[in-house]
Amino acid sequence: MEFQKVTREWDTRKKDTLARLNAAAPLVKEGKIVDAKDAVALLETVIKPFDKVNIEGNNQKQADFLAQCLCKVDPGKVHDLHMVQSVLTLPEHLDVFEKGIAKKLDMSFSGPQAGRIAEFLQAGKLELGAIHTYLELYGRYFLDLTPKVALVAATMADRDGNLFTGFSTEDTPAIVEATKFRQGIVVVQVNQIVDKLPRVDIPGDWVDFVIQSPKPFYIEPLFTRDPALITDAQVLKGMMAIKGIYGEYQVESMNHGIGFDTAAIELLLPTYGEQLGLKGKICKNFILNPHPSLIPAIETGWVESVHCFGGELGMEDYVAARSDIFFVGPDGSMRSNRAFSQTAGHYAIDMFIGGTLQIDPYGNSSTATANRVAGFGGAPNMGCDPKGRRHSSYAWLKCGEEYGIKEQMWGPVHRGKRLVVQLAETFREKLAPGFVEELDAFKLAKNANLAIEPVMIYGDDLTHVITEEGIAYLHKCRTMEERTAAIRGIAGFTEVGMKADPKETKRLREAGIIKTPADLGIDISKATRSMLAAKNVHDLVEWSGGLYNPPAKFRNW
Amino acid sequence: MALQTLEFTFKSEATQGIAKPWSHLGVTGSGDLEVLMEKKDLGGDVKAKVITPVKGFDQVWERMLAKFVNDTGVGNVSIEINDDNATPIVVYMRLRQALAEAQAEEAE
Repeated sequence: MEFQKVTREWDTRKKDTLARLNAAAPLVKEGKIVDAKDAVALLETVIKPFDKVNIEGNNQKQADFLAQCLCKVDPGKVHDLHMVQSVLTLPEHLDVFEKGIAKKLDMSFSGPQAGRIAEFLQAGKLELGAIHTYLELYGRYFLDLTPKVALVAATMADRDGNLFTGFSTEDTPAIVEATKFRQGIVVVQVNQIVDKLPRVDIPGDWVDFVIQSPKPFYIEPLFTRDPALITDAQVLKGMMAIKGIYGEYQVESMNHGIGFDTAAIELLLPTYGEQLGLKGKICKNFILNPHPSLIPAIETGWVESVHCFGGELGMEDYVAARSDIFFVGPDGSMRSNRAFSQTAGHYAIDMFIGGTLQIDPYGNSSTATANRVAGFGGAPNMGCDPKGRRHSSYAWLKCGEEYGIKEQMWGPVHRGKRLVVQLAETFREKLAPGFVEELDAFKLAKNANLAIEPVMIYGDDLTHVITEEGIAYLHKCRTMEERTAAIRGIAGFTEVGMKADPKETKRLREAGIIKTPADLGIDISKATRSMLAAKNVHDLVEWSGGLYNPPAKFRNW
Repeated sequence: MALQTLEFTFKSEATQGIAKPWSHLGVTGSGDLEVLMEKKDLGGDVKAKVITPVKGFDQVWERMLAKFVNDTGVGNVSIEINDDNATPIVVYMRLRQALAEAQAEEAE
């Protein structure tokens, strides 16, 4: 057989990058430093039409200055970019599409910009590749969506381009590694240029240009929940969760979603959890941002470890002073890392628990609404049963043991199951129903022309739903009919719940597939805010011994 | 916002009454409600009057109140509710709290 060898150069990416770096050399002031006033010119020099470009930004820190600069480039010079980035949060992230600088988008999550993405899609201003999970998108950075140019953010740099990302490391290592090792270009905005860094998080030879940003990068205290806003209904659901799931399965490792439901659970551990004698048996290892609402549980000795996706404003000193619990560097400050936290969240934890907006009669759960293309970030990875898991634990085995169709699906093999728990109120504020016959995700898929409905957690992965009416142990069900009946049985007076057959609901209670607060031995009239270990942000500061320093908007004393 | 008044009567097993002549709980703040319970000889029945700005949820109110009466077996009580967009669970929890309050011994 005769082989046809291709005749080509094998280092075109490297040569192309080198040419761009040489063209940008006159803009470099010293070492790798470029003046902020030259940032737009730099981007016009190192970015070419149709490049894949990453702007760093996730739930917390944002490369906001570089995002603003990208909006100011001449669309005659830089156009049709393919943006590959975790989160679209800032107006500038969408403005580049409006101006014709960017054309295609692959992303994970968008908060405030979700409505505009849907509009732009309909107007043809934007081509959407896909809405990924974080891990999935990072995976594709190393596969077929490697950025040619990455615009990232760091806390500090030195003159050689070494970076300190510290407490807010987040996505930076994943982005920089993918970009630089595929011969790309890394531009970083920093809050401060110093002679000596506290520690090196990213080595300088992976970084091409350093710009001191006129203002420190924007960071959002997204995971701070003021205990004063937790409702009695959330306390009730929290008590049900602790008794009916955490205690029942002895769940040791977990992720708590963002929201007041899980903040309530964190604040119930030192009170209700203590009463139930669960300390040392549950809630030992967390994959979690440094939630201020976890402080009382840490201070009362519940928690053994917490690894963080990102930082949380105001928690820096507290975390640094608790290096037995958090992942703290030799310099004394924490290093977050979203890629590793998500890996643990996907494969290693026993339980994911969080809130949702809508659940359908099949158990599909979604926060998607009809006119917002928002995505789910990391929730689908943590909120699924990872088929690649090969280590066992009590909670995982027990959930697998209870799986209603294990004989049909698994045969004689011993397997376990991730606990995937959704907290839902039958009606939310403005009486929006938490249970619907058809998810808004279907309308969104039609409106935005998506190939698949944006479902956050698939019904077959969902093991437990908690409402004020009861807990449905869905994994115990043997058929879809039984599963649907279990969901209707706890869906209250929503359109889904109204169709419940009281006889079937009674049978499911007897079978232990539905447990009401009374079945769990919880007195509803005692489920009040007085159960919370901290009633407000000031209490959290007290619990921390003054180490927690809440942002101004949470200080009302 | 225009308020509407809903009135319901429920038959009850009347396995329990309330101790105090009347009790009051909660405030009519956004997402919440106030509940007034009054001891009355209604031949075992429970009467309920609901004043709410929310339209189209009459059936939910009726079912929620029926559930409360059914779950607790309370009878001979007149209930008045001033609602400001409370969700059904908030209504149910406030009713249970108001009942616990109304049943508490006077001398505490």
